[in-house]
Amino acid sequence: MIPPAFEYHRPQDVASAVQILAEQGDEARCLAGGHSLIPMMKLRMAAVEHLVDLQDIAEMQGITTESGTIRIGAMVTQHELITSDALASAAPIIREAALQIADPQVRYMGTVGGNVANGDPGNDMPGLMQALDATFHLHGPDGARDVAAREFFEAAYMTAREDEEILTAITFAPHAKGYAYEKQKRKIGDYATAAAAVLIEKDGMVAGNATVAMTNLSDTPVFSEAAGAALTGTSCDAHAMKAAIDAMLNDIDPTEDNRGPVEFKRHVAGVILSRAISRAWDRA
Amino acid sequence: MSKMHIKLTVNGKEEELLAEPRELLIYVLRERLNLTGPHVGCETSHCGACTVEMNGKSVKSCTVLAAQANGAEITTIEGLGTPDELHVLQKMFKEHHGLQCGYCTPGMITRAHRLLQENPNPSEEEVRFGMAGNLCRCTGYQNIVKSIMAAAAEMNSAKEAAE
Amino acid sequence: MNDMSPTREERVEKLKGLGSSRKRVEDARFTQGKGNYVDDVKLPGMLHGDFVRSPYAHARVKSINIDAAMALPGVIAVLTAKDLEPLSLHWMPTLAGDKQMVLADGKVLFQGQEVAFVVAEDRYIAADACELVEVDYEELPVIVDPFEALESDTVLREDLEAGADGAHGPRKHHNHIFLWEEGEKEATEQVIDSAEVVAEEMVYYHRTHPCPLETCGSVASMDKVNGKLTLWGTFQAPHVVRTVASLLSGIEEHNIRVISPDIGGGFGNKVGVYPGYVCSIVASIVTGQPVKWIEDRMDNLMATAFARDYWMKGKISATKEGKITGLHCHVTADHGAFDACADPTKFPAGFFHICTGSYDIPVAYVGVDGVYTNKAPGGVAYRCSFRVTEAAYFIERMIEVLAMELNMDAAELRRINFIKKDQFPYQSALGWEFDSGDYHTAWDKALDAVDYAGLRKEQEERVAAFKRGETRKLLGIGLTHFTEIVGAGPVKNCDILGMGMFDSCEIRIHPTGSAVARLGTISQGQGHATTFAQILASETGIPADSITIEEGDTDTAPYGLGTYGSRSTPVAGAATAMAGRKIRAKAQMIAAYLLEVHDNDLEWDVDRFVVKGAPERFKTMAEIAYAAYNQAIPGVEPGLEAVSYYDPPNMTYPFGAYVCVMEIDVDTGEHEIRQFYALDDCGTRINPMVIEGQVHGGLTEALAIAMGQEIAYDKLGNVKTGTLMDFFLPTAWETPNYTTDFTETPSPHHPIGAKGVGESPNVGGVPAFSNAVHDAFRAFGLRQSHMPHDHWRIWKTANDLGLHG
Repeated sequence: MIPPAFEYHRPQDVASAVQILAEQGDEARCLAGGHSLIPMMKLRMAAVEHLVDLQDIAEMQGITTESGTIRIGAMVTQHELITSDALASAAPIIREAALQIADPQVRYMGTVGGNVANGDPGNDMPGLMQALDATFHLHGPDGARDVAAREFFEAAYMTAREDEEILTAITFAPHAKGYAYEKQKRKIGDYATAAAAVLIEKDGMVAGNATVAMTNLSDTPVFSEAAGAALTGTSCDAHAMKAAIDAMLNDIDPTEDNRGPVEFKRHVAGVILSRAISRAWDRA
Repeated sequence: MSKMHIKLTVNGKEEELLAEPRELLIYVLRERLNLTGPHVGCETSHCGACTVEMNGKSVKSCTVLAAQANGAEITTIEGLGTPDELHVLQKMFKEHHGLQCGYCTPGMITRAHRLLQENPNPSEEEVRFGMAGNLCRCTGYQNIVKSIMAAAAEMNSAKEAAE
Repeated sequence: MNDMSPTREERVEKLKGLGSSRKRVEDARFTQGKGNYVDDVKLPGMLHGDFVRSPYAHARVKSINIDAAMALPGVIAVLTAKDLEPLSLHWMPTLAGDKQMVLADGKVLFQGQEVAFVVAEDRYIAADACELVEVDYEELPVIVDPFEALESDTVLREDLEAGADGAHGPRKHHNHIFLWEEGEKEATEQVIDSAEVVAEEMVYYHRTHPCPLETCGSVASMDKVNGKLTLWGTFQAPHVVRTVASLLSGIEEHNIRVISPDIGGGFGNKVGVYPGYVCSIVASIVTGQPVKWIEDRMDNLMATAFARDYWMKGKISATKEGKITGLHCHVTADHGAFDACADPTKFPAGFFHICTGSYDIPVAYVGVDGVYTNKAPGGVAYRCSFRVTEAAYFIERMIEVLAMELNMDAAELRRINFIKKDQFPYQSALGWEFDSGDYHTAWDKALDAVDYAGLRKEQEERVAAFKRGETRKLLGIGLTHFTEIVGAGPVKNCDILGMGMFDSCEIRIHPTGSAVARLGTISQGQGHATTFAQILASETGIPADSITIEEGDTDTAPYGLGTYGSRSTPVAGAATAMAGRKIRAKAQMIAAYLLEVHDNDLEWDVDRFVVKGAPERFKTMAEIAYAAYNQAIPGVEPGLEAVSYYDPPNMTYPFGAYVCVMEIDVDTGEHEIRQFYALDDCGTRINPMVIEGQVHGGLTEALAIAMGQEIAYDKLGNVKTGTLMDFFLPTAWETPNYTTDFTETPSPHHPIGAKGVGESPNVGGVPAFSNAVHDAFRAFGLRQSHMPHDHWRIWKTANDLGLHG
């Protein structure tokens, strides 16, 4: 398996990278960790004339957790997400989720930006970012703009990002005390059969704001507002759980693949969500 | 497509070569630098037979472009231990029968080396989780895990003795 | 000289002979990255070959245009069937008496089939050029179901003459390959028809693939000056490859040198001859330069030999008390597009008729229908001996189903039907002579070790708790008692392409008392260089550390049939022992001369000949070896060498008792292996450490097969599991720890009593895992659910049983 030939660019800043993208149009692709793109190129399922490697761009690195906002540079790797103590205390769900992505070697290379910008419905970060109500920062020839994670994903591999734009960073606020990322997969290295990100803020004895997002159960990540709403004001008891699951099942649209038929995936989605809710509620 | 000038530091030695950007790091190491320790197994970053260390990370070199690696510091199995003085992991893999056909072994040991750098005293569960990016078809992992645990113990007692 | 130290124990210790957990000599190279696998072979001027493969499972090839590919700088040649036809190499014979296209000749019959072979200066250009070869296909109806194939009007193999017999007798349909039968059909049917209890079930063993971590490949180098062809490759049978290469190419066999370097796992995948090998040879002959071909992982999973794919319809009968009275089995065997099964010639279904298992079954019948479909050819013994895994899975499932029918404990049902120790050698109803066994002892030891009664009690409580709604997890206890048949085999009935299935060993003892031994087999990772030296150490008294074992170079090693079917130890290991005995016989004559006594006055003691009754008078093997080269001994040739070609009188029959304890999550279909106990009896144990390693590895391959691994096709014949994302190979995380144990019942006919072990854990492991899944649901009435037991299939089983409320 050999990728087709391409021109290689390694810009040193975002502006230069954007300029290359603007010049080359849809013949150019950004390369972050490369662990989605390079296998696709090797299988000759992705044709790229110009590859823009973002590894040297300092402004896309780093994790900051100051003044109530968490900022993660798009080139931060899953490994860095896992080993960042600051992140673990400000947003522990990130570590919990990142540990369930791929395998150690892939996590050293795979980046959070690549994971969300690729638009692969199998990736875990998009749903998680929707649960966190994160903001994606994009840079293009016309300057910078922000897109909410919940508005970003349009279809499989189709996002609100224009071809000449680069996703440079992600920001979000520290999340609720109750959290869980639950994922069923066939083995280490697999995408989810079903995965659920759940955040629950306790309001007295009941759940206040609750958010639910599901992964690999539609052609985009699924932020299920109704599922979250079904938990709010409840003690996440069996009745509320069932209402949340029913709401979530209305929002997902899985397809059959080697992981199983639709009926199975819908069932597992419910089980995984209920487990995530229980765990998040216990922590809330 | 034009070739590019690529500089690497491999096992402490500076290497320079002209390569197409699309060339894969695994083939640069194996075919241009004759470091045939790392192997090609799956080509889609699942098996880890091609694992090398790049800038302090364990990476699957079948999924790293030569161009991406430009400027990097790389360690392969050939850089761990010498025939006269094997690395303790190499010794323990032999001692505990942690290999059979040997094809996954260079990637396994290279990955284990990084794992123990980051977690010098891992539990069995941590070893299994930390080695989950490397497939072996022969051993069933039991003796690989044993070898790595033994190497950790040996390295720790050597460190204690030195202190 | 002749002092009595070291002690006898010290001398035995020093040998590291039979029974020693000697550390492996191979590991020094492998742990330092100094293995030498085929892709490590690098020759001056070497070119790279790559295949254009069919995207369709069944299509006519209307035209192939290579112009654009040839125009790409760096492309040397593009071969198609038209180029191979003048050499009669566009088709090649298979091991099963069929023939197979080397490159698509008019049509393609499976997805991934080889259509054109591109030869270029490097692998990058070759890959680019493959994309430039334009092939015009006309799609044809696709058949992926063997039952449908036998009904369909679509003729898959247009090259075969309609109505003519195949290699194994009459073909009853154009997509039929053979019907092979063994046993007494009518007598069996009579017994079953009149039996008190009959259990009937369809047991499917799905299509899978050996998937060694190293894919297949070869490097061919035709030296036109000397007329010599050297071929490096991933060959589990290098000598047979040489013979085949000679017959196909017309190059005389002495001008061909085949080298199997280190093999990165084989598991049956590297037994057959593949189009890539042939094309690399032709390309080297055509270009005069060395040509390397290394398949990628998708090629490997799509095109080189699969395993299993057996639909086994069984009937087993018994008395009310559970004594089995008869067994009937009909198999529909999906062989894919060409019959390329790797079996001894006279056995088109391999040794499937070992399917009476460990049980004393008075009458039995087996019929196997081989069928063509639009799937990859193959049918190799994936870590098993020729369809023995299928047989073991079949009988161990049938026993469980019968136990349900009888409402009886499955462990007890096995116990009352085991062949008894005093019945060996035992003649099975399907024609085998089991050499030795002690099944009851092994079984009791296994059940005691796991506290079987306690487990059953726990399971009962679990079912009750489940029914009360207190848990969503079920407990499965998977039992297996398997009997293997390995070590093919006696030349009188076992051959591959006409070559008798003997194996060989040639030993040279050097003057200073060290030795080199060359064998006809080849290691695929089992550690032959370690263990065969141990056999020789015990036979010759030369320490294993002073013996070099060499294999895999046909110019230096004696002819042998290779490594598969756990045959290395039973056959090559026997040859090694016999060659060692020849050395010792000559050594005895030399010692007698040196000690000035009659041969008969000497006895062998560890590493020396001692004069009977005078223990202070002896000659060590090292002293004898030196004498063999520096003394003129009347009537004895100088030197100390021996060669043995061993034709085994019978197969060997290793057996084992496995227990798997599994937790199953009814809601998600996930499982957890809580405990796995494996007792193996492989006869005499050469190296316990290596045996244990073999068992761990084989069990893990069994885990993969039973719990998720498959080669799956869609209705259009597209392979759905072509990468390691979808083709399940467990990581360290999904793999449990195993407990190993043993009993030791030597083979009476093997020189050292060894039986072979490499494949036992796969043969016994698969039914143990699968039976655990079935057993978890037994209380809810599950009789049979097909493998692989991945999450969704287990979930579906639970769902079909109404366990999701």
